[in-house]
Amino acid sequence: MYRLCIFLLLFGIWIIFSGQFDGFHLTLGILSTAFITAISSNFFFENRSQGVGNRLQQIIRIPWYLVWMLYQIWLSNIHILRLALSPNELPEVEPKLVRIKTNLKTDFGKWMLANSITLTPGTITIDIKDDELLIHSISSLTTEGVEGDDMERKIAAIFERETTN
Amino acid sequence: MIPATICVVLVCIGILFFVGGAVGIIRFPDFYTRMHAAGKGDTMSVFLILMGLAAYQLADFSLANILVAGKILFITIFIMWASPTSTHALIKAGFEEGQKLWTPNGEKEDSGK
Amino acid sequence: MEKFFIFAGIAIFALMFPIVWRIIVGPTAIDRIVAVNVIGTKTTVLLVLIGMIYGRVEMFVDFALTYALLNFIGSLAAARYFDRVNPDKNFSNSEAKEQES
Repeated sequence: MYRLCIFLLLFGIWIIFSGQFDGFHLTLGILSTAFITAISSNFFFENRSQGVGNRLQQIIRIPWYLVWMLYQIWLSNIHILRLALSPNELPEVEPKLVRIKTNLKTDFGKWMLANSITLTPGTITIDIKDDELLIHSISSLTTEGVEGDDMERKIAAIFERETTN
Repeated sequence: MIPATICVVLVCIGILFFVGGAVGIIRFPDFYTRMHAAGKGDTMSVFLILMGLAAYQLADFSLANILVAGKILFITIFIMWASPTSTHALIKAGFEEGQKLWTPNGEKEDSGK
Repeated sequence: MEKFFIFAGIAIFALMFPIVWRIIVGPTAIDRIVAVNVIGTKTTVLLVLIGMIYGRVEMFVDFALTYALLNFIGSLAAARYFDRVNPDKNFSNSEAKEQES
């Protein structure tokens, strides 16, 4: 079942990239997609114990998170623009290293959390060690935003619902 | 006409954010703050500019243009996924190399202390 | 519309010069690598714009995609290289961090 999903995904990417619909190219696409699915399908989806219906629910929940994320990226760009173009000598910049703990279990959840922290205003993830994240924060205002577990709860609600319940 | 207007507005805002990133890369005092400008200033501007170009491309609707817009969307998704990852890899390399942390009162502290 | 695309391309190209300055001046090697990475991102956008100007987007989009992939892999390779080059510094630095926390 997972192999079929990966096959369809890769075949969709093939169709977008080749852009030709004659028999020769489609056959070539099916052959190469099947070959790649056969040799590398183990790399996707680390945890296969969940059913496909559960995965579909996750896929439905992702776009809301992405819209929220776009809003955060917008805010962080405004923040960078304001800091870069402020005339006097960088008023509110006091860089600091912060450590926070996370409750997320899977690698994918941690990766998502680290990327989200990097894209929210004023913070960058430097290192992940087990369940501890080392974060560089650009000012004391943005430090407070990280220490709440707002973002972590959002990610857990999408990807780890059955483990949190 | 409407897609062209959307395209102009989005590309202008994107270039404005590019200006923010470039000025930040010059002005910010140490490596970590420059990484802030480099990693974030680019993501939204690339998203806006490429979305504007895709909207302009979809103005005359045909299969080839849909494919081109799909490829542009793929580039956008790839950059938004790759930019935080490469930022994280580079800042970790810099951190383990022992880059200095800048503090507002002038002296530079070692990042380990 | 074509004129607007040309002006946008010139603007993005002009924005590369500050970053070239950072490559020339940049105090450490990693600063330079970061600057090269940023220029690569700008080049990806510039390639799509050039395709729009010449009316051959379907060709230039593929170049842009390849350039984005190469840029990402290049910066990851540089980061891995610095991880390997400083193994002992890495150790002492993380020890200092442990004491701090």
